[in-house]
Amino acid sequence: MWTLLFLDMPIVETFNLTKKFGKIMAVDNLGIGIEEGEVFGLLGPNGAGKTTIIKMLATLLKPTSGTAKVNGFDVMKQPHKVRESIGIVFQEPSSDELLTGYENMKLYAMMYGLSKEEIKKGISEALELVELTERKDDLVRTFSGGMRRRLEIGRSLIHKPKVLFLDEPTLGLDPAGREKMWDYIGRLVKELRMTVLLTTHYMEEADSLASKVGIIDQGKIVTINSPKALKKTVGGDLVTIKAANLNTEALKKLDYVRNIKQEDGQVIITVENVSKNLQELLRVVGKIESVEVRNTTLNDVFLHFTGRRIQEEGGNTWFDKIVQESVSKS
Amino acid sequence: MNLTGISAIWQREILTFLRERPRIISAAINPIFWLVTFGAGLGSTVAIAGINYQQFIFAGIIVQTLLFSSIFYGSYLVWDRRIDLLKAVLVTPLSRQAIFFGKVLSGVTFALIQTAIILAFGIFIGINYTITSIVLVVLTVALAASALTAVGLTIGSLMTSPEGFQLITTFVIFPLFFLSGALFPLDNLPVYLATLTAVNPVTYIVDVLRGLLIGMQHYGSLENILVLSGFALVANLIGIQAFKMMRS
Repeated sequence: MWTLLFLDMPIVETFNLTKKFGKIMAVDNLGIGIEEGEVFGLLGPNGAGKTTIIKMLATLLKPTSGTAKVNGFDVMKQPHKVRESIGIVFQEPSSDELLTGYENMKLYAMMYGLSKEEIKKGISEALELVELTERKDDLVRTFSGGMRRRLEIGRSLIHKPKVLFLDEPTLGLDPAGREKMWDYIGRLVKELRMTVLLTTHYMEEADSLASKVGIIDQGKIVTINSPKALKKTVGGDLVTIKAANLNTEALKKLDYVRNIKQEDGQVIITVENVSKNLQELLRVVGKIESVEVRNTTLNDVFLHFTGRRIQEEGGNTWFDKIVQESVSKS
Repeated sequence: MNLTGISAIWQREILTFLRERPRIISAAINPIFWLVTFGAGLGSTVAIAGINYQQFIFAGIIVQTLLFSSIFYGSYLVWDRRIDLLKAVLVTPLSRQAIFFGKVLSGVTFALIQTAIILAFGIFIGINYTITSIVLVVLTVALAASALTAVGLTIGSLMTSPEGFQLITTFVIFPLFFLSGALFPLDNLPVYLATLTAVNPVTYIVDVLRGLLIGMQHYGSLENILVLSGFALVANLIGIQAFKMMRS
């Protein structure tokens, strides 16, 4: 009984975790639990409080009130133990450009107090995992954005952390690089069976990587569930029909139609199990000009729960910031 | 104390230093340029207590180099904080104290490398060394550099943005330098200058070095050693506190 209870304890848990910056409530009484081995995605627009949560969990920022436990250690009382238990990849590059990939990894591993053998073995494993073995002796300055991110992911794995934090792991990468990175993270998670907390404002990212998604808006968790279940709560897929005269009365009688919304001369219908029911639906509505079927995305889920659309791009990427900084530096 | 961790910080700083060519070149050229232009130029008409002016400011130029390189190196921390470099270090189990010591050790190393270059140049302007004087100069420079790096790190940890970085020269380095007797003797100063130089700890660094290098000293040796050790101790203690309180 006790062992069962112990096994069920989340590896990351927050207790009314709150952070205020002046009057702004960045994180508002957060209470989440992440199970061991889970890939938990925090999804929300820029400024929703995702990075602030990660920073508090990683002991880089003191909560205004409340606390959190990581790997059984309190972030306020045992920050040292928490730091030993976690690996983290930041939004912005945090590796040294003037060091080689290998040097970056070695010096970082030394800060964890690992032995020479552990460091050597850990690095060669990590390099294999992120496929950078061949470039290990090149200066990081010559790496692409994606390679640099991979190096930093590898670097965060050498000390075998129990929990890995990935803060916007694909921010600043081009679409192709982004998809490759998803591939990577997906494989890492499978191979290492690691608990991962990832933040993102990309819907597809949360959808393809996370086993559970917490939607966050203005510092508050709006809902938590698997991506599949979340999409189901919206009620089904969306059928958009353009027609001069639409028989909405007949539509309302169909039991698989969840919602009917009229928007600029077209009707958006939420339909359960669209592949099976579309044919009958089209027969019922009568003559149409065009029809478009779209599967539910987490975007619709976000819209459903917050009444707003998530902003796909916005704010500065890390790349913009670096450029601005180097300009103002010189 | 995690020695491997401190060594990791130190190695990182040294490796990046060695790969930044412009930094090494300016570190070596600046002091020599001062000596051959300002020192020789003014020295052609000015001598102080029978000592050639170039030799007189030799200790002052070493201290000038220490001031610029150590304080700038320390306060450069504010850039490390802006980009995520430092955050990655702060999230490791390494204590802030260990990170601080790693940085101070690096600042001392850079200072010693630069001092070695200037000392070598001293041979050409007629500075006479003994083994003892060199050992004592190295010890003094190490102690002084640890204090000044700690001052720089304190400034860097208190600054929230790099915008005010240039102000450090105006409000910290220049006053400490010009009020130290690096360029003029401390005898016969007007009262306000005498007071300001006496409360400036850097004055005592210049005095120790000048005593060791050309045998000209204003204060007693004991007085110099006490002030210098006290300065190093206080600066490092304040630096550690500032580092512990620094927001990441």
